[in-house]
This record gives sequence, structure tokens and C-alpha cells, in this order.
Amino acid sequence: MGESKLDLLQGTLDLMVLQTLATIGAQHGYGIARRIEQASGDEVRLNQGTIYASLVRLQQRGWIDAEWGISDNNRKAKFYSITRGGRKQLEKDAAYWQRLSDVMGRVLAMSAEGNL
Amino acid sequence: MGALRRALARVRSFYQKPPLDADLEAEIAAHLEMAIEENIRRGLTPLEGRRQALIRFGGIDLAKDKQREARGLMKLDILLQDLRYTIRTLSRDRGFTLVAILILALGIGANIAVFSVVNTLLLRPLPFPNSQQLVRIHQKDPEGGDSSMTYSTDAMQAFQQQNRSFQQITGYFAFSGPDNVKLIGNGQPQPITGLSVAGNFLPTLGVTPMLGRNFSTEETLKNSRPVALLSYPFWKRQFDANPAIVGQTINLDGTQTTIVGVLPNTFDFGAVFSPGAKVDLFSPAILDNMEDWGNTMALVGRLKSGITLAQAQAEADSLVPRLLFNNKHVDLGGGYTAQVFGLKDYVSGKLRQSLIVLWCAVGMILLIVCVNLSNLLLARAAARAKEFAMRTALGAGRGRIVRQLLTESLVLSLAGALLGLGMAFAVIAWLAHQGSIALPLLSSLHIDVDALAWTLLIAIVTSLLFGLAPGIKLAGGNLQSAIKDGTMGSGQGRSHDRVRSALVISEIALACVLLVGAGLLLRSFLHVLDVDLGFGPSHAAAISVSYDDSGGVAKRGVILQQILQRVEQIPGVETAGITDSLPMSTNRSFGILPKDHTYRKDEFPATFAYLVTPGYFNAIGMHLVKGRDIRWEDNDKSQGAVIVNETVARFLWPGQDPIGRIAEVAGYEVHVIGVVADVHETSAETNAGWQMYLSQTSPQLGPMGANLVIRTKLPPASLASSVMAVLRQMNPNQPANEFKPIQMLVDHAGSPRRFFVMLVASFAGLGLLLAALGIYGVISYSVTQRTQEIGIRMALGASRSNVVGSVLSRTLRLALIGIAAGAIASLLVSRAIAALLFNTAPTDPVTFAAMVLLIGAVALLAGYIPARRASRINPMVALRNN
Repeated sequence: MGESKLDLLQGTLDLMVLQTLATIGAQHGYGIARRIEQASGDEVRLNQGTIYASLVRLQQRGWIDAEWGISDNNRKAKFYSITRGGRKQLEKDAAYWQRLSDVMGRVLAMSAEGNL
Repeated sequence: MGALRRALARVRSFYQKPPLDADLEAEIAAHLEMAIEENIRRGLTPLEGRRQALIRFGGIDLAKDKQREARGLMKLDILLQDLRYTIRTLSRDRGFTLVAILILALGIGANIAVFSVVNTLLLRPLPFPNSQQLVRIHQKDPEGGDSSMTYSTDAMQAFQQQNRSFQQITGYFAFSGPDNVKLIGNGQPQPITGLSVAGNFLPTLGVTPMLGRNFSTEETLKNSRPVALLSYPFWKRQFDANPAIVGQTINLDGTQTTIVGVLPNTFDFGAVFSPGAKVDLFSPAILDNMEDWGNTMALVGRLKSGITLAQAQAEADSLVPRLLFNNKHVDLGGGYTAQVFGLKDYVSGKLRQSLIVLWCAVGMILLIVCVNLSNLLLARAAARAKEFAMRTALGAGRGRIVRQLLTESLVLSLAGALLGLGMAFAVIAWLAHQGSIALPLLSSLHIDVDALAWTLLIAIVTSLLFGLAPGIKLAGGNLQSAIKDGTMGSGQGRSHDRVRSALVISEIALACVLLVGAGLLLRSFLHVLDVDLGFGPSHAAAISVSYDDSGGVAKRGVILQQILQRVEQIPGVETAGITDSLPMSTNRSFGILPKDHTYRKDEFPATFAYLVTPGYFNAIGMHLVKGRDIRWEDNDKSQGAVIVNETVARFLWPGQDPIGRIAEVAGYEVHVIGVVADVHETSAETNAGWQMYLSQTSPQLGPMGANLVIRTKLPPASLASSVMAVLRQMNPNQPANEFKPIQMLVDHAGSPRRFFVMLVASFAGLGLLLAALGIYGVISYSVTQRTQEIGIRMALGASRSNVVGSVLSRTLRLALIGIAAGAIASLLVSRAIAALLFNTAPTDPVTFAAMVLLIGAVALLAGYIPARRASRINPMVALRNN
């Protein structure tokens, strides 16, 4: 139950949710979860339930809005959509992640050379 | 901004929990249904589709918890939950809860009470504005009592004018006793206590009258209109707090005196300058009239801002020796020295060590309380191990369980703190009204914000201290073994026992330290009581007598003789005598120099002087060692008679017979007629010093007053009315002064020590009780745990005495380790309090032996109760009972 791992996951999930909403527009929790799973080529197997903590967190920060509506198959569901603030945050976070992954890639490559 | 909005959203969501929960519930339900539908569309059976959907969702409750945590005040939620649960469990275990709260209340209450005392006496500044600037100044070697602590009015005024370090130098008349003024109104004259202070005394302290005004400059001059300021309690008591009294006149000793104001309730002169004394009214000291009275003024000053004590001291060192005793007698010089003390330091500096010891003692009590509760909680936790293991198995995190335990201890200590606060309130209220304890500032004792903050701090710290041990224990425990341990009935794991034993041992050791400390202080106190004071305080009582001799010595002699004759005729009165000042109350001193030598002026210490009548020595119970008593005829104008104490005789006439020697006192010639045993003037603990006794009717020296002392076998109070009747016959204006047992003076002088001994001893008693409780708890618990084992042993042939013996030996082992550790700690601690001891070595073997015996006995007693229970175990029942 290492907390740091959980934190990392949380941050990642928030970013994934924002990105999903930015690309596909308003969507309900299940839709978002499925979309993330699909987009990641089913490599991310998240506990779908955890998405609701992420959603409420983003909502409280004012990055997404929520509204009850009717789904494609006529079901009452809560639809989330990204706000202007959310898009800005997404830009910032995405850039951060990009940088981090670049750096990680370079560092890992270097260590491989160092081993020679 | 964002953080604020988020916080608000969280708070809002906390209060809207039910609707938000319902919302989430609906959302999750929709989620699952969509997932199931999709699964069915992919060709799964409805049942399998549902199963897959649930698996993918991953723990509905967990998701809900996480969402709640993210959205709201999860911590507060959990806290409330923990609180509810705590209150439920605690109210189920009422016995435990009551004992725990009571123990905590005693520990915390004692701490709050002592903190309030320490805060009032040591920490809080004196109740004057910028009190850090206030200083007390007295001479460097105050061996001669009040006279050599004080300065003449000329010296005071010169000091005030010539210094550069002080805003003001002021003073008060140091020689006024209680009940020194008669308030004459309707009916009998009433004794009240007046004090003359320099005109700038109250302004220097920063005290402004609540009503009216301070003395004007004219009112401090010779032949001015007599005025007075009333103290607040006196104004309330005597004048029903009537504001119209300001501007009216009252009759004091036959003089119409105008009341110019009333002082605020916050100003208590006695509390700061003369512990235990109450002053009813203040009048301006007419310095011009007092010039020839000698050293009369006790000096107080206010430093200029930015001037340090050291700077003031340096200036005083150069200035004060140049001050003149009397401007009219430049030849007398001055010979003054000055020591400048911060007023706060002067007031409570001597108590600092005692107070710190007291504080440490209650601190130890609190530690014992914590240890005790840790032990109780450990025992409880052990019994609840299964419950916790079950909760862990059901998904409660360790952190959550520890938090639950801490909540329990917090609730307990807050409840204890609340009850303790109540106890402390009662104790403090009682203490604040103990006028008989000569501690400064006692009347201003109260529980203030500081004390409340202290209470809260203590409560939290204690709960952490005693809640942590069981918490850590549990959190680190092994789930499986916990579940198993409880069911096997084979007794607790050894490690658990070891922690509890260690706790009990430390408890015993702490109690040891407390007991040794209290024992040493108690022995010191008994030694102080045992000191031969040089007079017999029991069976003697005194009353201040007023008479009108119109200043004639001859008339005074006749009046006093008559008073004594009539008083001695009262049935029950054995002997009677009169003195101007009683031992351990006010005093004054002169020099005494043998005639046949020339000495430097400052070669001999000042000598306490008492003007007494024949019979006084018998009445007060002093021992005439040599020579004879004073006689009424000893009023020779050319040569007075003096009786010196042994110290003086030994010093002035070593190895010689002092009787018949000629000496000089205050410029007059006296011859020595007798030697008396030394009397402890200030307290039993200080040396007697130099003393001499002259006649009340000597033409050379005027008495400071007249205190009638009677010796009787009856309780003194029973004679009060008949003595008063005689005094009234002699002088209708005799005020209704208090008839005081002499023992009261002695008790008053010893009251600070008595106070501390009483407190430390009661803390030690409390510590012992708690330690006994701790021992009982541990032994009793281990007997319960080992019921089966004991049963088996008995079944195998162990006798009852075997069982009792084994339990007792375990108790004794704990006690002995504790005592050994405690004895070592005590040796260190007793050295630290050595300065507080009187005629008692810090390693006093009697005290240590008594401590060992007492704790050993208490431990055995505490162990015997469970041991007896163990011996009554029925093997059959024990074995069958799982």
C-alpha cells in the first residue's frame, strides 16, 4: 500500500481523464473509463471505480463540470465536460509529463551506455 | 483562490453528505448497468456480465470511500466516526473509563493547580505596568533584620535626587505592624492596618486610584491636612463600596483624616511586599517628620527605560556609600550599601527553587499517570486484540486502528482534563484565600488563559504519551498471531508482558523518586519544627495593647504595671509580660558596642532590640541563662540595663562573664544584667543573630508599641474576652485587636515550607497510590491470563501457598527492580534539592530505608490481592474453561 505509488497513479489518472474529456467532449464516468482503457490499448487496467475520486477532485478544482443527462442507450448518467481552466491545466500537465518522460528516456538511455 | 474554492467545496460537501452520497450511488449504479449491458452485448451471460463488470469496477465501497475522501473532509468524517465508536466502547467499559478519567483528572488537576501557582509566582510579570523596570533596593548585608534593610528618609531623598539610572526612587515605612491604627467611629474603636508610603510610591508602581486621586505634594509636607487612600477590600468591607466616601473624613487615632481616594482591587500591597499582610489604608509619609527616626524606609525604584540592573547597581555602588544618614548630623556619615534586585526576583526569587521542585513533582505525577494508563490501555488492547485483528482482516488500515486508539486516549484525557480543571479550580480558590501562608501574590491566584492553554497542552501530550504505546504495539502486531493468541487461552505473548512489566517498573521508580523527595522535605520540616526557637510558642498568646501615657515614661511604667497585675489575676493566666516587638514579626535593630574598646562603626552586625517589661521572658518562655530579669526600677536616666543573648555575649565578651559589663546602645550607656538563650528572630531556619533586651520603661529609648503576652495552660482563645475586658477597663479606647496565639507567628514564618511539604507529600502519596494500582493491574492481569496454567499446576500438585508464593515473588521482583532504579534516580534528584533541605542529608538513610520499606509493603499488598485470587482457582473449572 505504498502511498507514493498511489499518488503517482492519481496524478496520472487525473491527466488521462482531462485528456479524454478534451478529445471526446462530454462523457459519463463509465465512458471515460472505457475510453482510457481503449486508448491505452488495454494496457492500463484501472479499477474503474477509482475514476470517481478523480472526477470529483477535478470537479472541485473547477477543471471539469458535471451535469446529469441521458446516455446513448437512454440511461440517466452524469456527464462530465472539461472547462477552460481544465484545458489550461491539461496543457500544463501534458507538457510536464512530456518533459518528464523525455528526461526519463534520456536518463535510461545514458545508463545503458554507462554499462558498456 | 483555487485552494480556497477547493476548501469551501470540501466543507460544503461535508455538510451535504447524504445528497452527495445518493448522487454517487446513482452514478455507480448507472456505471455498472452500462458495463453489464456492454458485456452482454459482447456475448456474456447476464450473470457473468455482472461478475466481470464488478471485477472491472474493483470494490464499490473502496471507490465510494476514495471518492468521499477526495470530495470532502474525510479526516473529519473519520474523526466523527472514531469519536462515536470511542464513546460507545468507553461507555460499555464503564469501570475502566471511570478509573482512567479519575486518574487523569488527579494528574492533570494537580498539574494545572501547580502551573497556576508557578505562573502567578514565577512566570507572570508583577501586576504593575512595565513591572520589569521595578526594583527593590536594600543594604547588602541584611543581618540586622528590617533596620539594616532600610534607609533614612534623608538618604532616600538624596538617592532620588542624585541618581541618573532611576525614574523614581521611592519607599514605604517598613516598621508598621498589623492593626496599628484605631478607626474611631460609633461604638468600639476598630483596629485597622495603615501604612505610610512616600508621596511618589503609588505613581512609581503605576497604581492609580480607582476613585479620587493620589496624594498631592502638599499633603506630603509637614503640618499638612491628614489624608488617606483606602484599599479596595477595606473600602468594600468598611464602607460598603460607597463611592461617596471620597472627600469625607474619618477619625484615625483621634485625627480627622480626609479620604482622597480608593485604590483598585488589583493592587494588593501585602501580596507583593509583605506576604500574608493586609493593608487597609495608605497615608503619605511626612518625610520631614521622620528625619530623626533612623532607618525607616524600604526602598523601591523604577529604572529608566534601557537601563539594566547591572548599570543601576554600578551607579548605586558609587552613589549610595556617599549618602548621609541624617543631613543634620553630617558627622554620622551614612555607611550605606545598596543591592538592587528586580522586584519580581525579590518577591519570588527565594521560591524559585521550591516551585521548580514542585513543578517537577507534578510532572512526575503526570508521567506516572501516563504510564498507568498506558498499562491499563495495553491490558485492554490485549483483550481487544481479536477485535482489532478482525477489523484489520475486514480491511481497516493499521493507521486507522492506531488513529482509533489515539482518539480513545484523547477522549479520555480531555474528559480527565475537564474534571481536573474543576478540581484545580477548587484547589486554587481555596489557596487564594489562605492568608496564613506567607507566600507572595497568593491572593492573585486564579486560573487564567495561560492555565487553560496549559491544560489543553497537557491533555494532548498525555493522550499521545499513553495512547502511543498500545497503538504501536498493536500496529506492529501480527494479525494471525493476534487472532490465534486470543483463542488458544495459553496466555499472552511474552513480549506483551515485558512491555507492561517495564512500564510498572518505571512507575515504581518514579514513585520512589517522589517518595524520597517528599521524605527528605518532610524530615527537613520535622527538623525545623524541632528547632529550639529559644522561646515557647505553645501555651502563649499575644495582643497589641494601646494605652495613653502622653509620652511620659513614668506614667507608662505605672500603666503597664497595672495592666500586667490585672491580667495576671485573670484565672488561667500564669504569667504576663509586655514587649514592643514579638519574635518572627516586626523587628528593629541598633548597634551595641562594649564600652572599654573602640571599634570601627561597621565592625559589628546590627543587633535586634526589644523593649520588654519584667515577666516578659517567663511569658514568652525564654530562658534566662545568667543574671537577672529586667525590673521596673531599671529606669536610671544615666545608665540603662540590657540583657543580651548568648551570641552577643560570646562575641563581645568571649570567655568572660558579661554580667556587669558596660556597653553603649544608640549613644546611651547600658550595663549588662543578664544573658538569655538565643531566639530565632526571623524563622526557625535562620540563625538567631544578635539580640538585646532593654526596659520598656527606659527613659532613653521609646518602644515601637506594646504587645501583651500571656502564658496559660488553657486554650488562648478562651481568655480573649476576659483579657479584652481588662484592657478596656484600663483604656476605653483599646481597639478590638486580635488575640493571637504565639504559635501562629511561628506557623506563619514556617508556612512556605509547610505548604511545599504538604503539596510534595500529597503528590508522593498520589504517586504511591498510582504505582500500587499499576502493580495490581499488571499482576492481576497476568493471573487472569495464566488461569489455565495455574490450574494445571494445581492439578499437578502445587499447593495454594506455592501459587501465592510464585505470584508474590513475581510482584517482588518487579518492585525490587523498580526500587533499585528509583533509588539511583533519587540519589541524583536529592542532590538537586539539597538546598531546600534543613539539617537533612540528601542521602538520609532513614528516608531511603523508609521509602524502600513503604514501596515494598505497598507492592506486596498490591500483589497479594491477585495472588489470593490465583490460589482460589479451581483447577477443574480453569481447565474446562477455554
